[in-house]
Amino acid sequence: METKKLNKVDLIFEHVDPRVILTKAFKMSNDDIINEVIESGLKGRGGAGFPTGMKWKFAAGEKSKEKYIVCNADEGEPGTFKDREILDRVAYKVYSGMAIAGKAIGAKKGVVYLRAEYKFLIPQLMMELDGFHTLIKDIGYNFQIEYKLGSGAYICGEESALFESIEGYRGEPRNKPPYPTQNGLFGKPTVINNVETLVNIVIIVNYGSAKYKSHGTRFSTGAKVFSVSGDTPNPGIYELELGMSVLEFVNEFGDGDTKAVQVGGASGLCVPRKLFASTIIGFEGVPTGGSVKLFNSTRSMYNVLHNYLDFFNEESCGNCTPCRVGCQQLLLGVEAVKKGDMKSSYLNELAKLADTMKVASKCGLGQSVGNAFNSILENFREEIIY
Amino acid sequence: MINLTINSKPVSVPEGSTVLKAAEKLNIHIPTLCNHDDLCVVGNCRVCVVEQKGARALIASCAHPATEGMEILTNSLKVRNARKHIVELLLSEHRADCTKCYRNQNCELQTLANAYSYGDHLFINLIKDHEIMIDQTSASIVKDDSKCIRCQRCVRTCAELQKVSALAVSGKGCNQKISTFHDRPLSHVVCTNCGQCIIRCPTGALTEKTQIEQVWDAIYNQGKHVVVQTAPAVRVALGEDLGYDPGERVTGKLVTALRQIGFDSVLDTDFSADLTIMEEGTELLTRLKKVLVDGDKETALPLFTSCSPGWIKFIEHKKPGLIPHLSTCKSPQQMFGVLAKTYYAGKRKLNPADIVSVSIMPCTAKKFEANRPEMRASGYKDVDFVLTTRELAIMIRQSGIDFRALETDNYDSIMGTSTGAGVIFGATGGVMEAALRTAYEIVTGKEVPFKDLNIVPVRGLEGVKEASLKIEGCKKEWAFLEGVELQVAIAHGLTNADKLISKVVSGEASYHFIEIMACPGGCIGGGGQPIPTNNTIRQKRVDAIYAEDMEMKLRKSHDNPEIIAVYKDFLGEPNSHKAHELLHTQYIERIRN
Amino acid sequence: MYQIDNLVKDLVKQHGRAREALMPILQGVVAQHNYLTDEAMVEVAKELDLSAAEVYGTASFYTFLDTEPRGKYVIRVCKTITCAMKGKNEIIEVLQEMLRINVGETTLNDKFTILETNCIGWCHKAPAILINDTPYTDLTREKLVKIIKEYMHQ
Repeated sequence: METKKLNKVDLIFEHVDPRVILTKAFKMSNDDIINEVIESGLKGRGGAGFPTGMKWKFAAGEKSKEKYIVCNADEGEPGTFKDREILDRVAYKVYSGMAIAGKAIGAKKGVVYLRAEYKFLIPQLMMELDGFHTLIKDIGYNFQIEYKLGSGAYICGEESALFESIEGYRGEPRNKPPYPTQNGLFGKPTVINNVETLVNIVIIVNYGSAKYKSHGTRFSTGAKVFSVSGDTPNPGIYELELGMSVLEFVNEFGDGDTKAVQVGGASGLCVPRKLFASTIIGFEGVPTGGSVKLFNSTRSMYNVLHNYLDFFNEESCGNCTPCRVGCQQLLLGVEAVKKGDMKSSYLNELAKLADTMKVASKCGLGQSVGNAFNSILENFREEIIY
Repeated sequence: MINLTINSKPVSVPEGSTVLKAAEKLNIHIPTLCNHDDLCVVGNCRVCVVEQKGARALIASCAHPATEGMEILTNSLKVRNARKHIVELLLSEHRADCTKCYRNQNCELQTLANAYSYGDHLFINLIKDHEIMIDQTSASIVKDDSKCIRCQRCVRTCAELQKVSALAVSGKGCNQKISTFHDRPLSHVVCTNCGQCIIRCPTGALTEKTQIEQVWDAIYNQGKHVVVQTAPAVRVALGEDLGYDPGERVTGKLVTALRQIGFDSVLDTDFSADLTIMEEGTELLTRLKKVLVDGDKETALPLFTSCSPGWIKFIEHKKPGLIPHLSTCKSPQQMFGVLAKTYYAGKRKLNPADIVSVSIMPCTAKKFEANRPEMRASGYKDVDFVLTTRELAIMIRQSGIDFRALETDNYDSIMGTSTGAGVIFGATGGVMEAALRTAYEIVTGKEVPFKDLNIVPVRGLEGVKEASLKIEGCKKEWAFLEGVELQVAIAHGLTNADKLISKVVSGEASYHFIEIMACPGGCIGGGGQPIPTNNTIRQKRVDAIYAEDMEMKLRKSHDNPEIIAVYKDFLGEPNSHKAHELLHTQYIERIRN
Repeated sequence: MYQIDNLVKDLVKQHGRAREALMPILQGVVAQHNYLTDEAMVEVAKELDLSAAEVYGTASFYTFLDTEPRGKYVIRVCKTITCAMKGKNEIIEVLQEMLRINVGETTLNDKFTILETNCIGWCHKAPAILINDTPYTDLTREKLVKIIKEYMHQ
């Protein structure tokens, strides 16, 4: 497998002139824009990694007078804080990505769904948005963006739950199909992209897909903003080329005593030391929305797992059985084994339950609880039991 | 058409069909829980997951559309494991106290557990005994969250069919539950007591507040004379709880069973349904006269029927401004109740204090209605106890009665004679039809101009029905109605009712008379009826009601000799002072939360 | 002192009566009143032609739409993994000592409420808290004491 050395780049936060980018995109045909995005190989930066260009193509193909571009700024994955940083520093690039998307698929309305925890950013963001609206009107775009605020629900980062929330309901995921590109916000064809994905559009329009692809690997093109935290001397935001091994990462950010790395937050995978070298950070290995957390040998992986399970237990929407009850059973189950109330072999039943949750849950939340659970259990079973 | 295979068997279904429907076509059984034919699809219980070849995750067959070329497996290892886990998970959050449960042996979760869980008790029991809270505050409905499996059928019923939303999903994750406004007691929220949630609850989380024991106590109390009345819709549904197919009429056996149970007098709500027609028909004609002749601005038209206590409470909570439109007539149950302790007591020379009046109803809201403070015009509680059709079936089983082997028998008299007009009260449109049969004849002296008296336009399960009837050849005293097109409308299910009255309020439509039943299908689909109830079953019960009507010797309320007698001997005229005192009531505005 | 029904009416004027107005209206009530009183939820239900249970059901889904009494300053302490690793417990201890209430409680003068919350997106500057909308990060005992004292004097 193709692996990359750790390489810091500066594309996301680099200052560009939005007028130049937006004018360039405005002159391109919609098909050209979409093809350029497809060609770039860009995959969604929120974590699920769906090819962005394809999403746009599907939405562009829908016949509807009303379409929406939704920016998913409901960044809630534990360990992820890059979208806040992006909005804080280069919101104009997010807006630009939305306007370009709007032009490409024929949408006139954009909505940014911002998590309540980032409400403090609103005054600054709204000010920038006013300027942006003036700019795009001047260039010729017919596109308006508005903000909607979340109110503290991790599940609203799931796209259809996010729509439900905007529409004024409990943020419970919908059944799919239909997918958002057919039947999204208010039942209209909708492209929903993560904050960072939209900034990548600006990079692609600016440099072209060929240059864009020169970063990363075949399956994981481009660079990615990483949110680094945990046992590291240098926590923070880093923009790195995709395709490096966990080992490369640990060598750069570790404190010399790293025993495990959680890639992709609570819904991601736990990589133990023995797998550092052979695990690639990217869509061919462990995908991530950007969260990388390092744990050193002073940490109890039981506590880590317990913390994650407690999180899911509260943040599951509760709608479907596998996730609602499954999360409770996993949490109570590890507690019972730890206390000695259940035999350690009960962990095997729980691992099977986690597998069921992966295949039978309604949405991505329930389907990913098993990732952390099974990867921590597989590699740190003793810590769970004793 | 969409072509797919299920368990390697090819099947074609129309576009838009779900995988579940495709499987049904092949007679392949896929278990379901949250799915219900009357309600929108939510796909949340996940019991119906199946494997789609090539897909990583399983799909919920109730919610997933069938697509061309799909290969579905309903019984693969992956499906079996998941299904078993899901059933086990549901059992872990459910207080599986089956032998003591009201829904024992008629519980969809129990059925699934029997089929899939083999008593493994795989997971930790999530029910903490000290946290069990059972809401017994409502006169009609008991809510026990410890048995709730969050399928949300009740929430959907309350919202989609009834537009009430007394119940909603609250909280999230491990705290998700079904609750009233801020967890207030059911007796203190907008609940209409219709019980439609009960007949859709797959477990014992929502049940009627039973009064079986109180009724047994009364029966065994030698000093008490216990009269029982049976509502029209009971006789066409009771059989379902006793092993009969839907649509079987068991009227004669019902009478015998009640006698064997020990009721002192077995009487019929159909009698007081006929009485209701006399009172309500007269009220309608009086209101028409006031509006058309006197130009009275105070008199409200259209007149709304008032037989359905769920509907009454809906108006009281949600549209109190429309209260003047409600007929002041008590429901047949309450007319019967008040007469039992006045007229009947007098005729039978009984002290009303010694009479216990029991009613068998297809309805849970009737329990609340009987408790209303207005319902004591006899000087006593007019109806002491209300049992649902289901509760009666339990009493019959408790008595060891071999129902099938029973001889048929006739109701006692007085207050046991009725007409076909009384019977059809049980189906949506029935009150309207019965009222027209009588009112038309009062006004014109002729029978309604429909073959065999069957006013077909007001029948059927369509949500909102409209009809008009031109009044011709009026008697002298009703000349002001000559040539009037009487406009009527009928709705069943409160969502339909809400739609209909919204049209009236907005002025989009105008009618003289509107019949509303809170429950889909009318009383035959009532919240106290056997479980399950669905559209097919409702239709069979409706058919049975009209068959019963056709077999009656008398089919018009005003022909009922006992009705003629009660006016002659006791009440005087319809809408007389005495009738008003005993048979009419008033309504109050209630909170909207 | 404003009336809650007037507040709701103003918010309805601003956001409309469609279902999508529900969240902004509830958020507006919380911003003014710290939490959703029963009265406010009933009023919102009336204005939007919903049942009160539906309003409550929606509100109770969202952590920041509190339906229980809250103080003027709601302190939300992040309890998710990095903050837990970097001293969340000490943060709680300091807050409990200073305000003399436990997590989930509100001071008698209705000024402060302490709550735990899930990841608020400041893992690289853990431990972190939110006081109403404002984040405070890289907290130490000393820093926190200073911050809370300032709020106490406000």
